[in-house]
Amino acid sequence: MTQITLSRAITAGLRKAMEDDPKVLIMGEDVGKLGGVFRVTDGLQKDFGEDRVIDTPLAESGIIGTAVGLAMRGYRPVCEIQFDGFVYPAYDQIVSQVAKLHFRSMGKLPMPMVIRIPFGGGIGAVEHHSESPEAQFAHTAGLKVVACSNPVDAYWMIQQSIKADDPIVFFEPKGRYWEKADLDESATPLPLFSSRVVAEGTDATLLAYGPKVKTCLEAAIAAADEGRSLEVIDLRTLSPLDLDPVYESVRKTGRAIVVHEAVVNLGMGSEIAARITEDCFHSLEAPVLRVGGFDTPYPASRVEEEYLPDLDRVLDAVDRSLAY
Amino acid sequence: MSSASADHPRDGLGPDLGKVFGPSHADGGPELVQLLTPEGELREHPDFSFDGSIEDVRGFYRDLVLTRRVDTEATALQRQGELGIWAQMLGQEAAQIGSGRALLPQDMAFPTYREHGVAWCRGVDPLNLLGLFRGVDQGAWDPRDNNFGLYTIVIGAQTLHATGYAMGMQRDGVVGTGDPERDAAVIAYFGDGATSQGDVNEAFIFASVFNSPTVFFCQNNQWAISEPIERQSRIPLYQRALGFGFPGIRGDGNDVLACHAVTKAALERAREGSGPTFVEAYTYRMGAHTTTDDPTRYRLSDDLEHWKLKDPIARVEAYLKRGGHADDAFFADVQVESEGVAERLREGCRSMPDPHILDIFEQVYAEQTPELALQKQEYAAYLDSFEGAAQS
Repeated sequence: MTQITLSRAITAGLRKAMEDDPKVLIMGEDVGKLGGVFRVTDGLQKDFGEDRVIDTPLAESGIIGTAVGLAMRGYRPVCEIQFDGFVYPAYDQIVSQVAKLHFRSMGKLPMPMVIRIPFGGGIGAVEHHSESPEAQFAHTAGLKVVACSNPVDAYWMIQQSIKADDPIVFFEPKGRYWEKADLDESATPLPLFSSRVVAEGTDATLLAYGPKVKTCLEAAIAAADEGRSLEVIDLRTLSPLDLDPVYESVRKTGRAIVVHEAVVNLGMGSEIAARITEDCFHSLEAPVLRVGGFDTPYPASRVEEEYLPDLDRVLDAVDRSLAY
Repeated sequence: MSSASADHPRDGLGPDLGKVFGPSHADGGPELVQLLTPEGELREHPDFSFDGSIEDVRGFYRDLVLTRRVDTEATALQRQGELGIWAQMLGQEAAQIGSGRALLPQDMAFPTYREHGVAWCRGVDPLNLLGLFRGVDQGAWDPRDNNFGLYTIVIGAQTLHATGYAMGMQRDGVVGTGDPERDAAVIAYFGDGATSQGDVNEAFIFASVFNSPTVFFCQNNQWAISEPIERQSRIPLYQRALGFGFPGIRGDGNDVLACHAVTKAALERAREGSGPTFVEAYTYRMGAHTTTDDPTRYRLSDDLEHWKLKDPIARVEAYLKRGGHADDAFFADVQVESEGVAERLREGCRSMPDPHILDIFEQVYAEQTPELALQKQEYAAYLDSFEGAAQS
């Protein structure tokens, strides 16, 4: 059992994956000598060489496009997009090529590729460094999308993603990179595409992923002081969604609130709310509520603490749900 | 033959743009590598020569005629409603056969959607090409069967895939070993319009800085649908390579011998570990962009008439006949064979089975998701709900 930060847990997971399979490559800007701007790939180039940990030119489409060719040649590229807001130059390759090659080839060309994206705000950064574009990828057939929320999941989920034969967009909550937890490397992880109940409760269900899981857990603790019992589910996988545990929870609590940093309009919460309504219509005591970013671009960092859904906004939504 | 080297002589950015562009200078300018003139005369070049046999030239002739037949038959099938659309190769046969026949089995080719001649050289059944244009599939041959990638419609995207694949070859130790059975290279096909795409420029950069064994084979057919080459570049395209740090060569794209020689040199250079080369095959799109296009809206018939005199097949025929390298029986046999190819294409096209809607759910992922499995199940039940529904 070792105490490890979320960023270090991903490093350890990457290292394990590279040890297990010589076809695993890491590509990205500054991932080699520097070890990545968040040091997630720290030390890997030193140990695995420049052919396996590749400092690429500054061209995101180039990173993903060449990774497609490497995957065709039998490699398993793990591409780092330095920040969420920098993924868009690669969007065409991801959506038109990575996502569609398996389909276009009728299964003859699998695309075993992981695209790591540090996402979310709260780190006082300048524009383009705090975005949450996960719904844009979850909306794209052919991709799978996951988001880790804690060091233990991060360690296992990155390895499971690398082993998968489908392309996976792997969202890392950069604001939680420095959170610590005990990691037992001999434990058996949960399957990758599964959500998990992380706090049990009976009055309402909070649904979150990535950085907002911790916010929801803190909200549940605060609510308990007021005698309210909140269930919290870490969705972990955004495409496919694993909603059976969610339905089970909502049938118990009758109330659901989806929390994410991404804008509410057509965000993950919209799809989840629709599905809960379809599956649990007769169990609902209130409409499914969504707490998230406003329909604005991510604002300047001096107001981001107000922009980001925090404990109070989550509890306010709980109040509104219970008031129905 | 000599091969192109990094210091291949060129006199800077000298050429007068007016000499290079435009119908009055459609000869491609002073640096055009030409080994067989439009009249069918052999021509010497200081850096490149065709090192094949007369049998090879006869083989090229056969390839040129048969692939043109495939192309014209597919165009006819579109007119008859059997294909939704077809992207004609007409006029570009020499560029494709010359480069395609320079490839070794272990090399990999990444095409656009117009590389019907290259597909032929790689051994891809022409019927497979029709699936995409008929709408029964999306071009689903297995790229590993013939080392010929899938047709790529997004302009230029495949140049990055080619470069990544070549980087994979470097990691597999199949570049620069000196073993001719082992060393391999990648060829990326694209057009003049694609040179404006970011992906193509990024591919140049990746290939250059990683010294990957990538041959960038640009068929400059002068037109990107309705936009002339002047809208893509103010300098001859092959000169772009210099700015990326690797050699560029302009070959006569209607001369199968020049295209073969230049591509072969570039591929050898790549296989031996000397990095990428840009080959510009200077040619002309004699047909429309696709069967939905109407080139009379944007270009002059004079231009077309000028390029007709440079036909890629006529010059090989003239050469073979004049030198007594092939008799009438040879030409007659190729003609008969081409009719057979066309007939097989017609029949094969019409008998292609339509896809089944329920199959699409299986093809999205290597590991199907429960969500998709459920959607398939629900849609199958919906289909079954119609009275007398018989699902196949």
